[in-house]
Amino acid sequence: MRAYLKHPFWQAALLLVLAYIVIVFIIPLLPGSAVVPKSVVLQYMATVLVGILIWVSDEEERWTKFKEPLHDVLIQPRLKVVRTALLAAVTLIVGCFTYSQVRAGVAAPPNLRSIHPAPPSQITFRGKTIALVGLDNPLRRTGDMAAHLAVGRRVYYQNCVPCHGDHLDGQGHFAAGLNPLPANFQDNGTIAQLTESFVFWRIAKGGPGLPREGTPWNSAMPAWEDFLTEEEIWSVVLFLYDQTGWKPRTWEVSAEGSK
Amino acid sequence: MVDALHLLQAAADTTGAYRDFPWIGSRAAVWIAAEIHLMFAAFVLGVPIFAVVAEAIGIFGKDQRYDRLSKEFTRLLLIAYSATALWGATLTFLLATLYPKFFAYLLSIFAPSVWVYGAIFFFESFTLYLYYYGWDRWKYGRAKIVHWCLGILLNIWGTTVMFIADSWLTYMMTPPRDITPETSPANIKIWHAILNHTWMPINIHRLIGNVVFGGAIVGAYASYRFLASRTDEERAHYDWMGYVGNFIAMSALIVLPFAGYWLGREIYQYDQSLGITMMGGFMSWLWVIQAFLIAVLFLAGNYYLWVGMGRIPGAERYRPYTKWLLVVLVLGALVWGTPHTMIADSRELAAMGGSHHPLLGALGVMSAKNTAVNLMILATFLSFLLYRRANIRQVVPWAKTGTRIQAAMFVIAAAIVLFFGIRGYFVEAIVRIGYSVYQVGAVLACIVFVTLIDVLMARGAQSLGAIQWGKMPPRSQYALFILAVTFTWLMGLMGFARSGIRQHWHVYGVLQDMTPYAATPALGYAAIMISTCVLIFLSLVGFIFWLGGLAEKSTFVPSTVEAPHVGH
Repeated sequence: MRAYLKHPFWQAALLLVLAYIVIVFIIPLLPGSAVVPKSVVLQYMATVLVGILIWVSDEEERWTKFKEPLHDVLIQPRLKVVRTALLAAVTLIVGCFTYSQVRAGVAAPPNLRSIHPAPPSQITFRGKTIALVGLDNPLRRTGDMAAHLAVGRRVYYQNCVPCHGDHLDGQGHFAAGLNPLPANFQDNGTIAQLTESFVFWRIAKGGPGLPREGTPWNSAMPAWEDFLTEEEIWSVVLFLYDQTGWKPRTWEVSAEGSK
Repeated sequence: MVDALHLLQAAADTTGAYRDFPWIGSRAAVWIAAEIHLMFAAFVLGVPIFAVVAEAIGIFGKDQRYDRLSKEFTRLLLIAYSATALWGATLTFLLATLYPKFFAYLLSIFAPSVWVYGAIFFFESFTLYLYYYGWDRWKYGRAKIVHWCLGILLNIWGTTVMFIADSWLTYMMTPPRDITPETSPANIKIWHAILNHTWMPINIHRLIGNVVFGGAIVGAYASYRFLASRTDEERAHYDWMGYVGNFIAMSALIVLPFAGYWLGREIYQYDQSLGITMMGGFMSWLWVIQAFLIAVLFLAGNYYLWVGMGRIPGAERYRPYTKWLLVVLVLGALVWGTPHTMIADSRELAAMGGSHHPLLGALGVMSAKNTAVNLMILATFLSFLLYRRANIRQVVPWAKTGTRIQAAMFVIAAAIVLFFGIRGYFVEAIVRIGYSVYQVGAVLACIVFVTLIDVLMARGAQSLGAIQWGKMPPRSQYALFILAVTFTWLMGLMGFARSGIRQHWHVYGVLQDMTPYAATPALGYAAIMISTCVLIFLSLVGFIFWLGGLAEKSTFVPSTVEAPHVGH
């Protein structure tokens, strides 16, 4: 056993198996984690495999030793049974893999989707032109913040909670029926990455108002400008940031001093 | 009714504006011509930089090998130069015939620069002929210096030509803000159009990129010749050439991401829509592919060095460290390649609660990626350092202290990179963007000061034996091939990203693309197009290498004595 563990071929095989166990079984068990998508498993395993191949072949002695079992299995007469079993297993694995790839299924195929479609420089909101570039939430400068947040809370619970959920995590009652799932505002990849004007634009225009640049995109989000006032949307934007604790992305100030 | 009127208006606007190319369509035709022209242009701009540096080392270091290397590449340049001009002419003809209105628009702004471009191209060609054909005539003394100056002049012409062409394409991407669809091109001042947001960032990015590309192609040529070598003498020469090519490519590659970062920042500052399309929107998938490819470059470049240590006496001292460097590189590649938005089926999406993984998603953001790439750069630099020190023993009295200071610098740089990487998760985006400057600064400072100390420590160092050039296993040469292919593919990929973010505009926000090809192509289609361009280019380069071999064979006199291995 010890001899096997010292042999580069078996070390490489063991490393590969260990990496697979960590990626597929250990990572999902970690607190707050989830299953690792197959596409990412494939990507990680390919990277680990390349790393292992580099390790076994960057030194002549190790490389020669690594090849020994492969060489023996392929040509040694005493290993005829192993050779036959190996070739059969490889053929079977390739066949199973091919079958799994071409088998018709009922699940929707994985969708390559842009999460942040590029916003236009300006939009028309109920006939009023609003320039998005350099725009901050106007409610941060006017009125009482507690009152704005109260409006935002009311708007959120009246309109958004069925999809985006009580915890703002995209796990509302309707969420399971939607694909793609509603945005999870607690995630560091949604509103935490965006300016408030971007969030305002998405709420106001929803799925139907996505620009040509925003494709490919499927969104069930309604165009809330048909139901909410401009102030209500800005209030709910404030509420989202306040509840999640994220700070909105701010605009860079150029050398000329303009945003 | 309004839609019908719009359609009629669009039809009137596009009458005579476009023609279609048979079978593959006009976009694909222009894409292939432009991309292959660009690849050859990078070759003929990168290799002269390489050649002139090699010639300088030959002159001032009094090492004839470098002179031979430089000349060998200049010979390949002659053929590559014709290919560049042919593809450039093809591109021009295709643009003029398939997109006449757009082409006329560009010419009406840039006409004077086109004339200058033509004139400089003319000067460049004849400087190249003088440089190559005068090689043996101006070989000694002051004449050799004059010959070297011709090489510098060749680079000046080449760089100027590139800067001019860059102004055209950057204008298409980031035209000055005061230019609108209503602005008559006749009223646009040429300097105003040239000095647009991304002109200088692209110039610098391409200049460095060309050096990387030139080095990689030199490496691939050397590996091809190494594998085809019949004598030890030839193997030694081409092994050494491959090392020099790889060294130059990897050295320039280390600074290339910083130039790319500047370009990306300028694109964001010009227009956030362009920036978001590029980094967060549709094009963001290209960055995941790019991360893979750059990880391949880092791994292949380091692999070549580690295998190469097998032919350096004394390198065994550093062997135990390389596996840890590999661990850093593989972990870096894993982090860098982790997508923020993952490709997942509906079951996986439901389990993750969206397309962001609740745990691994943290590796998909900028803080993690900047940290990973900076640590990979540090690891690669350390590999070079170990390679460089492999066959020497420092004799300066402060050698131990110097090594400790170097180690401390690595630790401090890595700590700074990690600190700002982790802290980036707890600050708002605008602050986080600034952190990458500190990370890059720490890595660059480490590279500069550690190199300085190393050069001073190597003074009068005792040799542990000459490098046994030529004693390199063939598999190492495939790493050089991988580098060249990956660089070429990467150029095609990122060229598509840069050009594709304009989407349905010929000139962003000014002149709209009204052809049926105005939609941004799907990634699969783009991958096929890029791969086609790479295959055509590499096939042609392979042909040029073969021609280069033919020319040499006619004058090659095989040595009758077994050649000793060339020393360090």
